Amino acid sequence: MIRATGIEKRFGRRRVLRGVDVELDRAGLLLVTGPNGSGKTTLLRILAGLTAPTRGALEVAVDRGRLGYLAHEPLVYRELTALENLDLFGRLYRVPERRERIGMLLERFGLWDARNERVAAFSRGMQQRLALCRTLLHEPELLVLDEPYAGLDDAGSSLLDRELEELAGSRALVVSSHDPERLGPLASGRLVLA
Amino acid sequence: MTYLSDVAALTRKDLRVELRARDTLPAMLLFVLSTLVVFHFALPEGTGESAAYGLLWVAIVFTALLGLARAWVPEHEHGVLDSLVLAPCDRSAIWLGKTLATLVFLLAAQAVALPAFVLFFAPLDATALAGVLLADLGICAVGSLVAALAAAGRARELLLPLLFLPLAIPLVVGGVGAAISPDGGRYLLLLALYDAIFAVLSWASFEYVVTES
Repeated sequence: MIRATGIEKRFGRRRVLRGVDVELDRAGLLLVTGPNGSGKTTLLRILAGLTAPTRGALEVAVDRGRLGYLAHEPLVYRELTALENLDLFGRLYRVPERRERIGMLLERFGLWDARNERVAAFSRGMQQRLALCRTLLHEPELLVLDEPYAGLDDAGSSLLDRELEELAGSRALVVSSHDPERLGPLASGRLVLA
Repeated sequence: MTYLSDVAALTRKDLRVELRARDTLPAMLLFVLSTLVVFHFALPEGTGESAAYGLLWVAIVFTALLGLARAWVPEHEHGVLDSLVLAPCDRSAIWLGKTLATLVFLLAAQAVALPAFVLFFAPLDATALAGVLLADLGICAVGSLVAALAAAGRARELLLPLLFLPLAIPLVVGGVGAAISPDGGRYLLLLALYDAIFAVLSWASFEYVVTES
């Protein structure tokens, strides 16, 4: 699914990534760890096609419409409700049977009762749950998840554990985390950035 | 059809966001009305109508600039632009949706400003109104592109006028010309030509503006 060799990224004179190699099959979870500032987010943005590497070769065998990207920020509109956000992205991502899929995800992530509330009124944890709904909405083949547990409470984290366990068997996942112990058992590969 | 339904969904989203946040339109209305009031008292007695038409265009361009400065703020809050850019829709639909939404805001501001102009300054004939409409299209098409470019940088407030105002000069020339020239049709043609060329350029180049290198 992903083959990257010698990835380097510079912002001006500052080098964020140097000589990073990534290889991931169609199913499996690559765990990306490293201290703050080691370039985890930059690497994930490169893999998602949101920024280009300064040097190196990158092959991602999936169209951008089949990729799900979860960032530090929820990537949803604050002034729209949870339902309106998912409906908009469902349309843009050509999700078949959109309403049913949205309803099912909102139920699964415990947001059904808050579906008509504006995201601006959501707590950080609720925003993260909504971000996960948006990421999974179009059933992507490749998932790039940047700190997916950020802001989630225990119940939300357990829910995400089950989701990732299920997904790792059939999808390609690249997940960055400060808590490698949590995802360790699921990981088919590890990448430690220094 | 899919392209048009994407554009419609994105435009509807912008209108809904503005209806709730009320960040842009009230500011544009207040600005354009207060500018016309200030001009009314600033213009010396006996100043010809030509000067008034010029001032109308100053008010229109800066009102549009105010709207454009806020146009991409919702996309940059919470990083929404990333999820739009990753969607499998044609990226130019994002630009077109934003252009249409900005056009709606500008037309709404003008629905108040133009009657106020007629009340305070001078009449507007059909050619002058056609000039305003054609210039609005150009302002929103080019403005949405350069606003996206400026919003990606840190100095958004500085960069947007620097990029937009030089590009708006032909629109001001065309708009004022349509209002005061006996041969206003020529200026309408200029505006239509500008709109066609710059709309195609903006449509084609938007993808490169929102893709990081």
